[in-house]
Amino acid sequence: MGSGEKMGKNLRLKIQILFTIFTNGYVYGFLNGKIYQGKLKYACVPGLNCYSCPGAVGSCPLGALQALLNQRNFQVPFGVLGVFFLFGSILGRFICGWLCPFGLVQDLFHKIPLFRKRKRLPFHAVLKYGKYLTLVLLVCVGSLFLFGGFAKAPAFCKYLCPSGTFFGAIPLLTGNQMLRSQAGGLFLWKGVVLLGLLVLSVKIYRPFCQYLCPLGAIYGWFNRFSLVQIHWEEERCIACKACEKACPVGLSPKEISHSPECIRCGRCIPACPVKCLHFSQAVDNSCKFEYNKGK
Amino acid sequence: MDFWKICRKNLWVCGLALGMMFLGLGAAQGDFGVIFKKAVMICLECIGIG
Repeated sequence: MGSGEKMGKNLRLKIQILFTIFTNGYVYGFLNGKIYQGKLKYACVPGLNCYSCPGAVGSCPLGALQALLNQRNFQVPFGVLGVFFLFGSILGRFICGWLCPFGLVQDLFHKIPLFRKRKRLPFHAVLKYGKYLTLVLLVCVGSLFLFGGFAKAPAFCKYLCPSGTFFGAIPLLTGNQMLRSQAGGLFLWKGVVLLGLLVLSVKIYRPFCQYLCPLGAIYGWFNRFSLVQIHWEEERCIACKACEKACPVGLSPKEISHSPECIRCGRCIPACPVKCLHFSQAVDNSCKFEYNKGK
Repeated sequence: MDFWKICRKNLWVCGLALGMMFLGLGAAQGDFGVIFKKAVMICLECIGIG
């Protein structure tokens, strides 16, 4: 691994850790098994960050969307749509790669030196649409109609969200005896989902992000035109495929610039021997900044 | 640079403007109050109890 690649990777890891601490910095909550109840919770954070995490200082955008869809009288959830458009138009899936706490958890599990690493699951071409299915069935339809009879339940949070189990349930149940006594079959189910995804993360790169995360599905839609882009200079490319090998989800350089699967981790940039890939702004490619200076 | 290329390059600005507008509409219909109420209570569904 070149020094530029190492520097970029470390920078991303540092930002991921800092942002996770920044958005989950309510230490009192962890110590007492309670959650933050201040005014910052009017605002949503960009990544998947359970608002029942004892440390969470903001709201989860997906939880917020479901809370709005769960209301008695249906209204278009403009507040959360605004959050998606705002964050998505500027950053796209850069949020997944650099700012999502559960993305960080999966990245850390993938570093465990067990199993032979794989980028994708078999049948990836079909399975990658799972996140859109989750978005439609669990987040939208599920929250509106299916579960609990015209359903006042956030179906995605209730039946699937591993971030809620990892950041919310485990620390809360550890610190709160009363809640611990109420845990039953549903907690067991969510524990199995979390454990399955974490074990899978050791072998496959970010399985939840690639196949199940509805937030990734939403931000992926913005990847084509978001302000933060990875620009590929086709005319300079020597087709050596070094970037494709370095890409944790196996995207070709042509796909990297606009694919909804690209999480903008930037590993392809220092891997390129002729430096034809770089982070850029959609407005003007001359505003590019060097990510591989150390090389 | 042709017109459509310029438009595509500036789509993010339209997205941003739309986002601002949606935030305003959301605030006007009280969305953030609903989000706040949900976020300050322990979500039993989220933690696998409810």
